[in-house]
Parts: sequence; C-alpha cells; structure tokens
Amino acid sequence: MELYMSLAIGVIFTVGVYLVLSKSLLRIILGTSILTHGVHLLLLTMSRLKTGEAPLLGEKAEAYVDPLPQALILTSIVISFGVTSFFFVLAYKAYQKLGTDDMEQLRGKDDE
Amino acid sequence: MSFLLIAVFLPFIGAAVSPLLQKLISRTHTGWIVLTIPVLLFAFFMGQITSIQNGSSISTAIPWIPSLGISIALYLDGLSLLFSLLITGIGALVVLYSIFYLDKKKEAINSFYVYLLLFMGAMLGVVLSDNLIVLYGFWELTSISSFLLIAFWHQREKSRYGALKSMLITVFGGLSMLAGFVMFYVMSGTFSIREILGSLDIVTNHSLFTPAMILVLIGAFTKSAQFPFHIWLPDAMEAPTPVSAYLHSATMVKAGLYLVARFSPVFSGETAWFWLISFVGLLTMIYGSYRAMKQTDLKALLAFSTISQLGLIMSLLGLGSAAAFYTGGTDSLFYTKATMAAIFHLINHAVFKGALFMVVGIVDHGTGTRDIRKLGGLMSFMPITFSIALIGTFSMAGLPPFNGFLSKEMFFTAALNIKEMDIMDLQFLLVLVPVIAWIASIFTFVYSMVLLFKTFRGPIQLEKLTDKPHEAPMGMLISPVIFASLAIVIGFFPNLIAYSLIEPAMAAIHPSMLLSGERFLVSIHFWHGWTTEIYMTIGVILIGTILFKLHHRLKLISEPIVRKVTLNNMYDGGLYLLNRFSKGITNGYMTGSIRHYLIYIFVFLIISLSYTMMQSQSMQFDFTNFAPTSMYEAIIIVVLVLSVIAIPFTKSRMMAIILTGTAGYMVTLFFVIFHAPDLALTQMIVETVSVTLFLLCFYHLPKLSKKIAPLRFRLSNFAIAAGVGTVMTLIALSASGNRSFESISDFFLKESYHLAGGKNVVNVILVDFRGFDTMLEIVVLAIASFGIYAMIKLKLDPEGEKMTLPKMSSRGKYAFPVIKSNDVILQTISKVVIFIILTFSLYLFFAGHNNPGGGFIGALMASAAFVLLTMAFGIKTMREVIPIDFKILTAVGLTVALLTGIGSFFVKAPFLSHSFGHFMLPILGDTELATAMLFDLGVYLTVIGITMNIILTIGRDE
Repeated sequence: MELYMSLAIGVIFTVGVYLVLSKSLLRIILGTSILTHGVHLLLLTMSRLKTGEAPLLGEKAEAYVDPLPQALILTSIVISFGVTSFFFVLAYKAYQKLGTDDMEQLRGKDDE
Repeated sequence: MSFLLIAVFLPFIGAAVSPLLQKLISRTHTGWIVLTIPVLLFAFFMGQITSIQNGSSISTAIPWIPSLGISIALYLDGLSLLFSLLITGIGALVVLYSIFYLDKKKEAINSFYVYLLLFMGAMLGVVLSDNLIVLYGFWELTSISSFLLIAFWHQREKSRYGALKSMLITVFGGLSMLAGFVMFYVMSGTFSIREILGSLDIVTNHSLFTPAMILVLIGAFTKSAQFPFHIWLPDAMEAPTPVSAYLHSATMVKAGLYLVARFSPVFSGETAWFWLISFVGLLTMIYGSYRAMKQTDLKALLAFSTISQLGLIMSLLGLGSAAAFYTGGTDSLFYTKATMAAIFHLINHAVFKGALFMVVGIVDHGTGTRDIRKLGGLMSFMPITFSIALIGTFSMAGLPPFNGFLSKEMFFTAALNIKEMDIMDLQFLLVLVPVIAWIASIFTFVYSMVLLFKTFRGPIQLEKLTDKPHEAPMGMLISPVIFASLAIVIGFFPNLIAYSLIEPAMAAIHPSMLLSGERFLVSIHFWHGWTTEIYMTIGVILIGTILFKLHHRLKLISEPIVRKVTLNNMYDGGLYLLNRFSKGITNGYMTGSIRHYLIYIFVFLIISLSYTMMQSQSMQFDFTNFAPTSMYEAIIIVVLVLSVIAIPFTKSRMMAIILTGTAGYMVTLFFVIFHAPDLALTQMIVETVSVTLFLLCFYHLPKLSKKIAPLRFRLSNFAIAAGVGTVMTLIALSASGNRSFESISDFFLKESYHLAGGKNVVNVILVDFRGFDTMLEIVVLAIASFGIYAMIKLKLDPEGEKMTLPKMSSRGKYAFPVIKSNDVILQTISKVVIFIILTFSLYLFFAGHNNPGGGFIGALMASAAFVLLTMAFGIKTMREVIPIDFKILTAVGLTVALLTGIGSFFVKAPFLSHSFGHFMLPILGDTELATAMLFDLGVYLTVIGITMNIILTIGRDE
C-alpha cells in the first residue's frame, strides 16, 4: 500500500508543481490545492499506514495509528482553506482591476 | 530606580508625551512644555557638581541581557557630568530659541520636538552609559535623530541628501566602533568600561588591542567630523538653525571627542594613539579653517569652522595623552595642560559657536538670506545681534578679553610644550605642531572677521534682500545673549568652571595620575607675562588683519574650490556605483515573475532534499512491512491519480474545479480508510464549503486560456515538476520504510488520558499538548479572513469605482440572490436540516475530547448549516435570523482562547496549561470537564466567525 501511495504522491506533486508553474492564475490556485492534498497524503504515508485502529482510546484496541500526522493534517486542512480562499479573492480582485490573469503580464515594475 | 536612570529616560518619556499634551493645550507652543525637561535635568546635574568635585561618582545598573553581559549601567563622573551639563544646558537654550524660530502654525513643530527630545535622551545615554553595547545603542540613536532633524524640511531635496549622507557616514563609523567594542569583549570578557579599565594589563598586551583602537577611532572620527569623514557636516547644515547649533556644533559632533576622552585611560601611552589623534586633529583643524575662509554661505562657514574647532580639541586630546609616556611627577603633569585646554575649549566652543549659530539664524530670519555676498551693513538694523556676533567672533578668533582667547593661549602652550618631548621616534615632526597651530589660528582669525564684518559692516544691499532687515523679537535674542554673556563671564572669571568642571573631567581622563584623594589643580590666568604665546597671538592678529584686508583679492583664500576629484564627488560616485551594482545583482534574479521565484524554490528543494538523502544514506527501501492493498483502495488510487492528471489538460474552468474537488473527496476516502475519522470529517466539510466558495467566485474568474504555451516552456516546467514528484516519492518510501528514532506519538497515545483526560488523541494534541500552535493557527486564519474582507472592501481606484457603482446598483444583484433558489423543496427541507446540522455541530464540539469531533470540525459543520441557510433563504433572512457580526465573533473566539491560556497564570502555570476533573452535574450526571474545552470553545467560535466572514464577504461582493 505504501508503495502505491508513494507513487500516487509523486504524481500529485508533479501535477501540483506543474500547475503552480503555469501562467494562469486560476491554475496556480488549483495547483496549491493539489499540492496540499499531496502533502497530507505524504504525512500520512510517512508514518506507515493501517498499523492499528483510529486513535480514540475509547476503542480499547491493541494498537492505534499514529495520531501525530493526523493532528498536523487537521491543522493544515483548515489553514489551507483560509489560504485558498485568500488566493481566490486575490485572484479575482486582481483580475477585476487589471483585466488579466496571465502572471507574465502581472510582473511588478521597478519602484523608480 | 535611581535619578540617573530617570534623567536618561525623561527625554524619551517627554518625546512620547509631548505631542499628546500639545493636543490638550493647543494654544501654547509645544516648545514651552518641552523646555521644562532640559531645565529640570540641568538643575539636577548642577546639583551633582559638588559631590563629583569631591571625587565621588554615581553609578546605577539594571540588568538587561545578563547572559551576554549587557546591562543598562549608568555612571556619572567628571567627564560625563561636563557633557551632561552641556547637553541639558545648551538644550534648554536651543529649545527656548526654537520657540521663536519655528512658527507653530507653519512648521511641524510636534515632530521637531519629538526628534529633539529623542536626541537629547540618546545623547545623555551616550555620555552616561558604562556598558559599551548600551553606549553603542544610544550612539546610533543620536545618528538616527540627527537624520530626522536634518531632514526636517524633507520636501527639500538638499535636506534629504544631507540627512542621508550624515546617516551613512556616522552609522558606518558606529558599526566599526561596535566591532571595536566586541573586540574589547573578546579581550577582557566584559562590556563595562570601568571593568575594562580594571583589567588593563590583559587588554594592552592582547593582539586585538591595536585593531580595536583603530575601529573605535573610526567611530569617533566619523561622529566628530574629522578629516576625511568631515564631508557630512556641511551638508547637515540643511537642518533648521537651532538643530545646527545644538547637534552639529555643541553636542552630537562632540560625542566623538567624548569617546576619545573616555577611552584615553585605556589607550593613552600608545604611540599610535598619540600620533593618530594629534595629527588627524591638526589636519582637520587647518583644513577646516582654510575651507571656512572660502565659504560664502554663513552656515557653511560655521560648519567648516566647527570642523576646524573639533580638530583643535581632538589634537589637544592627543597631545594630552603624551602625559602617559611619563610616570608621575612634573613631567607628566606638564603634558596634561593639553587635556585641560581641550576641556576648556570644548566648553568655550559650545558657548561662542552657540551664539554665532543663533546670530546666523536671526540674520537668515531677518533678511531672508545667508549669503555674505548679498549681506552687509546690518549693524544699524540689528544692533543687539551685532553685539552678540562681535563677542562670538572675537572669542572664536581668540581675542581678549573673551573666553576663546584663554583657551587659544592654552592651546599654544600645549603645542609648544609638545616640542619638549624626547621619547618619540619621529621627533622632528613634533616641531610642526606649533607651526600648524599658528597658521590655523590665522585662518580662524580671518574667517571670524569675514563673518562679522561682511555681514554687519560695509554697504547695505537692500535690493538683494527678500525681506526688509529688522531686529529679531526679544524672545529670540534671550538665548544668544546668555551665550554671549557666558563668553564674557568665562573670559574674566575662568576659574569659576575650572574647579567645578574641568578638574573632575581631567580626573576622569587621567585617572592613573592621581592618588586617591588627590585632584588636579587647574588655575587659569589672563596674563602670564611676555611669553611666546602672547607673541604668537599678536602675530595672528597682525597677519590675520592683513589677510582679511586682502581677502577678496586673494583667490587662494576666497574663491571656492573647483576640482574634479573631491571627497564629496568620491562619496557621491561611490554611492551611485554601489546602488547600480546592487541593483544590477538584484535585478538579475528578482525578475518580477512568480514562475521564476517558484523555480528557484523548487530547484533548491530538489537539490537540497536529494543531496541530504544521499548524504544520510536514507535511500534504502524496506518493502517488507508494507500494508496490503485491497481492490477497493486500488480503485480509489486510480481515480485520484487520473483526476489529478486530467487537470492540466482540461480547458474549462468548471471542469478543472470539479476535478480538483474529486481529488479532494478521494483524499477524504483515504482518511476514512487510514483510520483518521477527524480528518475525514474536516476534509469533507472543507471540501464542501470550498466548492461553495469556488462557485461564488466562479462568475468572476477568467476563462482558462485556450492558447497552448510553447513546448519549451511546458517541458521545462514538466522537468521541474517531475523532479519534485520523484523526490517526494523517494521521501515517502524511505520515511515509511525506516525509523531512525523513536516517535513522540507513543507519548501522546500513552499520556493523552492520564495527563489531559481526553480519549481522542488527535483532539488532545490540538487543544492541549500543542495548544499554542492551535492558538496561533486560529490567529493566522483570522488574519486571512480579515485580509479577504479588506481586499473586497478595498477601493484601489476611486474614480473607476464611481463608474462601476451605478452599473452595480442597476443590476441590483449580489452573488447570493443570483443563486438564491425559490425551490420550495430546498427551503422546506433546509428548515429542518439546518437544525439537525447545528445540533450535530454542537455534538461534535462537545464529544470532541473523547470521540471524533472538536472545535474545528464542529465549527465547520455549523458554518455549513449557515451557508445552507443563506443559500436557501438569501442573505437578508440569514442576517435577520442570526444578527451576529461574524467579525466580532472571530474576535470573541480569539479572546476566549487567549483568556483560557492566560488563566493558567493565576495558578502559576505556564501559558495554556490545562486541567480537568470529574463533576456531578444535575442532568448529565458524572461529567468530565476540562479547561481544554474552554479553549476549544474559543477555537469553535473563531472558526465559525472566520468561515462565515469569508463566505459572506465574497458572497456580498458584486
């Protein structure tokens, strides 16, 4: 399972990075979303999969899965929701004001 | 808290408070309020004279960074007392003068006094600090306040230029001085000046001794405008005249002299110290006085004169250090006369130069110009000003009976004395000292006369003046009159200050020459008989008068210098090249293209990660313990991979969003499979809310471009992307196959119930073990949501906004009404479902500590209910049903979380320590309550506030 997950993670990262490097603002935002998914799965996979029950002590199981990546991912999901919304608003405000979503045209100019 | 600390910090407090006070009493000039501070401090320091005179000293210290040996240690001895009196005394007079100089309606006087008080406090800090690092801090603060004051009229380009120049040069010197201080710490293990003096044996024999000396001297030379660092001082004259009088003549530029005097006990006796200070001082003196003769602007003349006088005092301090070459007896006392002259002239210079700067200010004020080619004959228009100028210039030129005459005589004595020294290698050079001193004095005489006579005598040229010349108002004359009277009083009764100020200051500069209880005997007399010095003075007057008469005919001394290579040009050119160079480098990689920046990041990521993996030999994969894969899981993986791969190929934005959503739901399924119920719940709701959000923004988003980017562009992107993907796969494999150390997770699993009383380990980690992280996380989220709010409300282009406004209202449509549905089924079902969702949200929140759920999930669930409400009934109904401002809710939630954390202070526990216990409650029976729940409540409220704020803000926008 870990092997296939690792390969899937590789694909997800490849696509995420590819999207982030493109010119269109919308694609960049979707790319960050995809990257986030990749990171979540990476965190889970790194601590081995299916090694026990859910980390609820009420279950009284023999073994539990690692709770630490779950705590990290939970934080990350909520943060990435905030960041993605921020990106979205930034993107559409920029598009509204500047009339383009091409990153090459959105290059900053020198201050002077 | 000792008085000394209060004395240093009073000006800072004044700087903070005076603008507020000004608002309360708006009728009075801020200056009157500010004036009380230097007056009080002056009185305080005057009160210290007797005890300091008797050889005692005051010190106080409060620890600051004890681990680095840094404490705010203050120390008042003769030397610091002298400077403190100068700073506060002249400060008081300058503030008084400025009240009449700066119009309270036309000028930004509030910021002026804030800067001035800032400077006053910093300068007091410099002269009172015993700790070198604290001294350095105050030293740089004087540079900064000087920068602000020079640029006070910041609309003028020259002001900004002068401010920047002075800042760059003095801060450069300050930094080199800091390096010297650090070397002292390396040598002696302490930053305290007095402790360094205590361990002189170690310090003087250390190999870093000479480098430290040179670095400290660079600091002193830049601050005191010694050649070749003097170039900033003439440009600093763009500051308002009271500032020039205060900072750039009386106090700040003397900080360098103070530093040299302060370090004299450490360095004197060093040959290099003696030569460097004496000859840099003499060179500065003669160069400054020569250039002063050529100036046509009165303030520029005074600036060069100040440079020259600073050089004079500097050289005297150098000559005085010769005393340390002899041990005890009359020989060494013989050379301390130079130190005495230095201190005496320091006071005198502050007095007469203060008067002269104020005179120039009055002339500028009264006629509208400072150019001596336009001035002349002002004597009859400004009789009082003329009298003050007469006293000031005669004193500066060294004419009796004024104070300048006395110190000039003493200067000649010191210069002549140095010839007697017989232990130097370059003996013959010492003969030059009196010669240079004499020539420079002639120049000084000439420019003093130029200043006086070309301004006040000769024909009046009314047609060249913008204003009709008139005498200054009385208030403006008070300060210069006091200065002028001091020049006369000190001239006639020099011993008034000899016992009280000069003797203790000398004791601080030459501590090793006194046994305990002894003191220097300073007695200054007018008449010494027909000595060499008096003949030298007569010579100065004779030749000086001749030169002055020939002044306008001798190009050598009257024409401005026009050369291609000047220090100023070198400074300008150097600055320009430095700018261009760094700009060239920066522009090379800061292209403004996000893609380039991301490429740097990703390439660095690939290289650093793969290199680290190679180095640590973690490229070993152990497939043995991997979990088995079922058919069901295989299908999910395939769907996930396919949906992700399809995204870059789709041309429709709707499709792209749906594919991303699919990937998100597949990840949710994985969370279910991998026993992460909390994650699955959160991801599910977030994905749903995100899709809502995407739909809200959908109409505003640009269409995906149909154009296909060039192949090279796509290939290079793909190469980098594939590189990152490969590295990530390798990391995932190697990390899941190996464990190089014990994970902390076992601790969490074991202790979650014992320590935190919660059975849901993930939730316990979030709210208890790592509660601080969560605290900051919700703060970040709150910032993001307010950022979105601000961005939506932001009106970048007010005119464009006006144009679009009517269009908007005519359409009258907001995002929610657009998708508002009249569907009866939706509305009817919603009414019921919303309550079910809300109840479920509350359940999730309360159950969170032991079962799946918690603040985050519960809050997201509640938000989902509100979103449904909004979609079904429109934003108006939503507002009526839930009249809560979600921005305030966010703040309330943050406060609850923060207060929970602070609550642990009351039981003397660290921030965010939690506690729990079992309680018998009426209906619920035996219930476990934990303070972590309270914290989770904060998280719950904050996240609801944030989510709703984001969604409503976006939904309400056009």
